[in-house]
Amino acid sequence: MTDPIAEAQERHVLTITVDNEAGILAKIAGLFTARGYNIDSLTVADITDNHEVSRITIVTHGPPSIIDQIRAQLERLVPVHKVVDLTEIGPYIERELALVKVAGTGNFRVEALRVAEIFRAKVVDTTTESFVFELTGAPDKIDTFVALMKELGLVEVGRTGVVGMVRGREAV
Amino acid sequence: MSTERSGAEILVESLVAKGVEFVFGYPGGAVLPIYDALFGDERIRHILVRHEAGAAHAAEGYARATGKPGVVLVTSGPGATNAVTGIADAFMDSIPMVVITGQVPTALIGTDAFQEADTVGITRHCTKHNYLVKDASELAAIVDEAFHIATAGRPGPVVIDIPKDVQIALSRWTGHNGPRRTRYAPQTTAPAAEIADAVAMIAAAERPVFYTGGGVINAGPAASEALRTLQTLTGAPVTSTLMGLGAFPAGHPAWLGMLGMHGTYEANMAMNKADLIIAVGARFDDRVTGRLDAFAPHSRKIHIDIDRASINKTVRVDLPIIGDCGVVLQQMIDAWHHAGHAAADLAPWHARIDGWRARKSLAYPSRGQEIMPQKAIERLYQLTRDRDPVISTEVGQHQMWAAQHFHFDAPNRWLTSGGLGTMGYGLPAAIGAQAGLPDALVIDIAGDASIQMNIQELGTATQYRLPVKVFVLNNEWMGMVRQWQELTYESRYSNSYSDSLPDFVKLAEAYGWKGIRIETMDELDAGIQAMIDHPGPVFVDCLVVKEANCFPMIPSGAAHTDMILYGDDVAGTMDDAAKALV
Repeated sequence: MTDPIAEAQERHVLTITVDNEAGILAKIAGLFTARGYNIDSLTVADITDNHEVSRITIVTHGPPSIIDQIRAQLERLVPVHKVVDLTEIGPYIERELALVKVAGTGNFRVEALRVAEIFRAKVVDTTTESFVFELTGAPDKIDTFVALMKELGLVEVGRTGVVGMVRGREAV
Repeated sequence: MSTERSGAEILVESLVAKGVEFVFGYPGGAVLPIYDALFGDERIRHILVRHEAGAAHAAEGYARATGKPGVVLVTSGPGATNAVTGIADAFMDSIPMVVITGQVPTALIGTDAFQEADTVGITRHCTKHNYLVKDASELAAIVDEAFHIATAGRPGPVVIDIPKDVQIALSRWTGHNGPRRTRYAPQTTAPAAEIADAVAMIAAAERPVFYTGGGVINAGPAASEALRTLQTLTGAPVTSTLMGLGAFPAGHPAWLGMLGMHGTYEANMAMNKADLIIAVGARFDDRVTGRLDAFAPHSRKIHIDIDRASINKTVRVDLPIIGDCGVVLQQMIDAWHHAGHAAADLAPWHARIDGWRARKSLAYPSRGQEIMPQKAIERLYQLTRDRDPVISTEVGQHQMWAAQHFHFDAPNRWLTSGGLGTMGYGLPAAIGAQAGLPDALVIDIAGDASIQMNIQELGTATQYRLPVKVFVLNNEWMGMVRQWQELTYESRYSNSYSDSLPDFVKLAEAYGWKGIRIETMDELDAGIQAMIDHPGPVFVDCLVVKEANCFPMIPSGAAHTDMILYGDDVAGTMDDAAKALV
């Protein structure tokens, strides 16, 4: 007997390769809503020359029994080719891109630029009173960067959500 | 040979190529080209229903009774939305069905055009798959894949939404459906090691139970045969869900009856005390398990299912086996022989079961000349059993009484809405079954409330001279609602009385049916016999004891061991936690 509440919550990164057909994103997002699963982030883009196959990366969390159900429910959708739980098969890399707008003058501005250098963020737009930084990294690195920028005039944040890939030479 | 044909013609040719005999449908603006292509075509018989919900349920009944996929044809907008209940019903009960919906012309999609609805969006989560056809050249391949998806693996409904301009556009028709995409190929055969483990677990068990479901029926008659063979080899008793009735003969001494909320005492006690449960094509539905943390607490569990997502969904099992029930059962029979297993001595187990049987949990009191609904079903069974009838039902008390007191010895004879629980299913389902099996005795066992949900379909049976029978247990209540109000809400009967009932006999006669009213026990057998003997459609209005309740019953949120039997004092109230459970 399963008692999901008693199980610990786990964060999992899933990659899903799907037929790039109309409505597939709605189908997958809707599956999560309809069954009460969590979506922490979702990214999608087509990955083949002929635009026939897309790769979706979903970050979710839940007890292990629910994570297993999510995989099974995804796998039975007709346009879904493959579901890979990177957290399960690991080790893997995950990366996210963020655009972070910071406004300020004087010391705030200098300090923001210094922190950006430490994080290897690129300046992609500037005025005399603002920067837009582009930062790539694991989600917690971006979280930390954004937290620091809050003290230095943070105006706006945009994040792509995670894409992930297993380490080593093999495809999954 | 390749010629230019319209999308509508290609659709019809593709359906013929898939062996479609019947289409259940209703015309409208956005499907006129398809209806024109069907005009005068003798290869496909179109059954014109009176409401699109009827079309979907008729297709379900046809599929369930014949094992072939049902086909529905409806127009855009309200045509499609009216069919949604039947589509959702087929999705929950795994019924193979292909639904063709008309759509407004491609250029008008998204403009809130007349009779436009986002059919693909609306049906996305109640279909196995759905399509919006953008080009007539894709039609043949889509129809072919749709039938494959509807029937392969765990069956289910597939919607093909076809804009009107695509129906008119010309495209090449090669005379066949073309090569199929290979993306949908569910696993049907299980690994030998899992099979060997399974049979070893069965051979070693002291208190095994087969818990079978609709998957055995869906896997075809050979699966039911294999179940019987494996039962003979192992000697284990068999219970079944509502959807699985008929897969194992009810007359067999190892038959425990249905399990779950309105299952027998012996079936539920056997599940509770078993040391091994072999679930075959069943999905541990909440109506079956009762309170989850008290469900079959002493047992190891083997779960055979074609749908991986059904495994470990609510109940964690020890040995999951993914595959087609028929194939896996045959693998288990072969492995049993191969390993040289012999049936264990299950005499002590069967003796315990006999003790539970002695409680006679389906017993009910007699009421003199008044007809107890259970008695009506019993007599209906006794007087029709030699005709090997097909029974459909609506949803409610009558459905459970039929499941308890009408007994089935073969698959595909029992058509009922299990998962979705759709009132109004039974009459159109009976019509669909009768279309597919013209010589069968098809009876819709109904209630006075449910029958009114699709009663317009009386006209469909009349039009096509389908001799279906409707047998209404008339207690002037939405009986199951009233029963729950009695058990849970101190008999505050809020809106559950069937006020202003029509005169069903006159209504039936108005539609060209024969109407029979049965009011007393003295009239019961003669009335049923008159129904059977009449060659055309018959509506029987059988007046039964109004306050009879359906027992045994596991109250919602209770364990298998907490059954209420007839005669127990049960009226009262429940705490809010129990009330919240459905």
